[in-house]
Amino acid sequence: MQNERGPYLISLQGIGKSFKVARRSAGLRQAAKALFVREHAIVKALDEISFSIHEGEIVGYIGPNGAGKSTTIKVMSGILVPDSGSCSIMGYTPWKDRAAYVKHIGVVFGQRSQLWWDVPVIDSYELLRDIYKIPAETYRANLNMLVDTLGLHNLINTPVRQLSLGQRMRCEIAASLLHSPKILFLDEPTIGLDAVSKIAVRQFIKTINKEKGVTVILTTHDMSDIEALADRILMIGKGALLYDGTLSELRSRFGTHRTITVDFRECLQPVDIPGVILLSWTPERALYSLDTEHVSIASVISQLSELVEIIDVAIETKPIDEIIVQLYKEHQI
Amino acid sequence: MNAYISVWKLRFINGMQYRAAALAGMATQLFFGLIFIMVFVAFYSQSSGQVPISLKDLVTYVWLQQIFLAFIMLWFRDNEIFQLITSGNIAYELCRPCNIYSFWYAKLLAQRLSSAVLRCFPILAVTFVLPQPYRMSLPPSPAALALFLITLILGLLVIVAISMLIYISVFWTMSPTGSTLMISVAGEFLAGMIIPVPLMPLWLQKIAYVLPFRWTTDFPFRVYSGHIPQAEALWGILVQLLWLAVLIGVGQWSLRRALRQVVVQGG
Repeated sequence: MQNERGPYLISLQGIGKSFKVARRSAGLRQAAKALFVREHAIVKALDEISFSIHEGEIVGYIGPNGAGKSTTIKVMSGILVPDSGSCSIMGYTPWKDRAAYVKHIGVVFGQRSQLWWDVPVIDSYELLRDIYKIPAETYRANLNMLVDTLGLHNLINTPVRQLSLGQRMRCEIAASLLHSPKILFLDEPTIGLDAVSKIAVRQFIKTINKEKGVTVILTTHDMSDIEALADRILMIGKGALLYDGTLSELRSRFGTHRTITVDFRECLQPVDIPGVILLSWTPERALYSLDTEHVSIASVISQLSELVEIIDVAIETKPIDEIIVQLYKEHQI
Repeated sequence: MNAYISVWKLRFINGMQYRAAALAGMATQLFFGLIFIMVFVAFYSQSSGQVPISLKDLVTYVWLQQIFLAFIMLWFRDNEIFQLITSGNIAYELCRPCNIYSFWYAKLLAQRLSSAVLRCFPILAVTFVLPQPYRMSLPPSPAALALFLITLILGLLVIVAISMLIYISVFWTMSPTGSTLMISVAGEFLAGMIIPVPLMPLWLQKIAYVLPFRWTTDFPFRVYSGHIPQAEALWGILVQLLWLAVLIGVGQWSLRRALRQVVVQGG
């Protein structure tokens, strides 16, 4: 892959990070004991994480809660200093060259806010303009583009405290892109958004990736985000990297199962087809499950149509969420 | 525009919108000023010995304290910064291409200035028309006034540098209450906010003189009334500059250490 697309933009080598966490059981007695003896546990948030990303990729970074997704993002954006390993992004080591490096990246933390709560959004934007020293023309062009594509016309003169979550999130994303960053880190950007805002945000991420060549790394629990956006997914669990590949690869690895729902004119006798599992049968509807590696869908339907008068057929792939759950189970995380 | 000036401006504008707080503050400060002066008037009327500071200078001292309260009180705090640290929102501050120390310093400075600007002029006007002995007096010379302004501004810079240390300590303590309370109670006492430094017993004065706190309040206010002569005031300015350099140096260093081991709270 490296030869096709030139050198990597982002490359992490054996990144490790542990946190010391204070622990105590519930109850007054335990609390009193903790006054004298504190128990600490070392939690390994990241364990030897290595991966590389090319310029212009959209990478979905997934994993269950507490897997280390946000920690990785924080290491990559120069906020946390890892215990071990090396990381090179655009030639910078994020935590060492923080001030020089962060000029080139944009970060959105879905659960946090970077806008000033009591003043209109535009005031926060102007502060960011000064912080990033954005030239007046670039600022105007970027602002217009962001306002248009994210639909912020009525929002930017409103104080942040009066915006809804979805409106605020769109403003947050715009705030992270004013300085035309080369890399955009999105930590759960669609958390709590309604369907319309979600689609708007996704559409927008696609557009800036295509038109401006921004490399996007996003973490999410919403698999439809990943399906809509990511060319490539990285899966992390218990601090270790478990999967690195495309979504369709993952599908073909786990997703050869199909469910077929058939509606037909009344037929009282259940129909069995070899190699196919009959999940349910009513006189007007049947549900079959099959593995496309063993039986082809076409042959099942043709066999069925000889025996019953089919009205409607629906074929369903296993949803991506279930594939992910299966993958988590496989790795016991 | 420079980022630090810009954040200063935004914070300043932000602070200027709290009109009700300013009105309440003005009333409180006039009230406290009058009470303090009444107490001192009572003391002075009963004293027979040599007084270390004249009543006129003391009245000015008390009024200046009240007028510039926002400049000098240590418990004046920016909850936003505390929240940034304890809730983990500091993540955003850390992905900005600027020095966090200077950034916060600018914010805190703006907050104190906006708060003082709103309050000081009305109180100033009132205190100049009060009946004697409550009336505030003018500085003895234009030079004293100029020196006062310089020392007051330097004092403000010193107090912001001290309060930065309180904010930085929250990285370790996770709660602003303790650090604020400890430093502010001790600091304000040693700054002469409760008993003016000249009225303290000699041994206590010695302690107050070696600590930075009195340079933020006691010193500029006595320069104003001429209680501290001009030659001495010039030396004092040098001491203020030294304290400023030391406090900022320590602050920068400890913030760098805090950030190296920072844990962003709340995932």
